[in-house]
Amino acid sequence: MADKMNLILMNGTLDKLLAATTITSGAVAMGKEVTIFVTFWGLNAFRKGAWADPAAQKLPADYQQYAPALKEAMQRMGVKPWIETLKTAKELGNVKVYACGLTMDMFGLKLADLEDVVDGEKGVAGFVGDSEGAQVLVF
Amino acid sequence: MPDLTIKQEIDARGSACPGPLMELIRGLKSASVGEVVAVLSNDPGSNKDIPEWVQKIGYELVAAETTGNQTRFVVRKTK
Repeated sequence: MADKMNLILMNGTLDKLLAATTITSGAVAMGKEVTIFVTFWGLNAFRKGAWADPAAQKLPADYQQYAPALKEAMQRMGVKPWIETLKTAKELGNVKVYACGLTMDMFGLKLADLEDVVDGEKGVAGFVGDSEGAQVLVF
Repeated sequence: MPDLTIKQEIDARGSACPGPLMELIRGLKSASVGEVVAVLSNDPGSNKDIPEWVQKIGYELVAAETTGNQTRFVVRKTK
């Protein structure tokens, strides 16, 4: 089993954010190092405050009809906002979050515009370099 | 007889996956080797997740006591 897990988080929809941060927690629980490369719409979800903004919390178009049921189930079960799950994983393990440099430029974003859980900016070569010997998952 | 004094009791009820497991890990991180930590969960997922994690990581599941819809997992940090 590889001791590193690298996630490419491309999507900014709630299902992907929840899955990616929950799997990050599982990897931390198993003692793995995790690097998350946040790009495209995934990066958009890391804008300051977006996680709490109902207008920014979306599901993929195919599953939009399930949004109310999902919201109800999450509240009933005590599913934490994805950013809290990520913060806990960072606190308990070795998790680094990097924003994709190209997406930052395309969206006109600076690191200061993003949530503090983002550790820095990286280019694709840096991320691929980091992925050597790691299990890579795409969300 | 090994010491069964509970170093920390964590109430993770009302928290869903991965909450209770992460709370248990937080508790065990701050415990010393040989100490015992307990976590109370009413997330059905914990019944699979916590024993499996304890086994994989190589700690000891001292007890898993289910009362109604909640389970208290007692885990010893063995290394």
